[in-house]
Amino acid sequence: MREMINMIVVLTVLTAFSGGLLAAIQSGTAVKIEDQVLKFQKAPAIAEIFPEATNDPLAERFNVSADGAELQIFPGILADGSKAVAFETKGVGFGGPIGLMVGINLDTDQIIQARVTTHAETPGIGTRAKDDLSFVGQFAGKGLDTNFALKGDNGEIDAMSGATVTSKGVSIAAMQAKELYQKLKPEIIKQIK
Amino acid sequence: MAQSLAKEFTKGLWAEIPPFRLVLGLCPVLAVTKSVENGIGMGIATTFVLIFSNLLISLLRNIIPSKVRIACYVVIIATFVTIVELLMQAYTYELFLKLGIFIPLIVVNCIVLGRAEAFASKNGPVLSIADGLGIGLGFTLSLAALGAVRELLGNGTLTIWGGTPVFEMGATFLPFQFMIEAPGAFVGLGLMLCMMNLIGKK
Repeated sequence: MREMINMIVVLTVLTAFSGGLLAAIQSGTAVKIEDQVLKFQKAPAIAEIFPEATNDPLAERFNVSADGAELQIFPGILADGSKAVAFETKGVGFGGPIGLMVGINLDTDQIIQARVTTHAETPGIGTRAKDDLSFVGQFAGKGLDTNFALKGDNGEIDAMSGATVTSKGVSIAAMQAKELYQKLKPEIIKQIK
Repeated sequence: MAQSLAKEFTKGLWAEIPPFRLVLGLCPVLAVTKSVENGIGMGIATTFVLIFSNLLISLLRNIIPSKVRIACYVVIIATFVTIVELLMQAYTYELFLKLGIFIPLIVVNCIVLGRAEAFASKNGPVLSIADGLGIGLGFTLSLAALGAVRELLGNGTLTIWGGTPVFEMGATFLPFQFMIEAPGAFVGLGLMLCMMNLIGKK
């Protein structure tokens, strides 16, 4: 009995201590990590979504509140003068959350381009969502009336063979982007002007 | 004391150099040694985890009940691996992107658990740090050496740190692509092991 209590106490104290330590370090590095993600993940994605932007979407970013959570919006002015926004949503993939940066034209409500940002997918399998642009390229030019579910779920997006869970995560992120955009569009337009 | 300290430290550099002598932890060895830079980064991350997990396990060795020792070791190791992961994300994000999934996998690297079980749980903190540092440096050196061979033959360059190559083969050099692929890692490792055994025999 004594031995069992001893084991329980040691393990509990150890895990509680490590949990506390990790929480402290995570909150200590959160701002720095956010900066790095912006620089190495979001900035390249935005450069590919708005290749000919006449403004600086990164410098002009602003937040809108969505259901209590803040959503970071990157406004872009396209070469033909029309306005667009890009923002990131998350879906759940095989190895954790998958970030999807979606650019939407405010005038036509069409997706300009989408890019995968942060992820923890299996190298060579799920990572194709990011590296092989033919998958996320499917979103380009689609209107927001499109069903972004996978074809197996009666949607219009082709899954990557061998990476169904990853494909589903990206499709969920896209559906979420559509929902958020429809809900927040009035506020986004107000902030852009 | 000083003599045994030096002994514990140097054994990791030759007599028990992890991937070649102990033949442990081959998963990251084969996966990340596409370049010297990746090898060094992975080696430093593993060394950090080894030193601190060895230190903590050695300090707690009389408190940890033997029946749940493995669980305790894994909690301690996983904590330090997560710390490394967060720090790499905060300060060396590009390297973090290249090493990706192999950083969290240090948790199940048998070198780290092996040193905890075989050394730190039986020795004092100072000796355990020396052991962790020695084995960690040995691991880093092996990864860097294998990375150098593979990068030089497979890509014609050598990149120590920061993404810019410090050495490039001439334009007439045809990269030996095979060395960058996974089978090239096995062949490279095998040849280096063979050479080390040849030298050790004399």
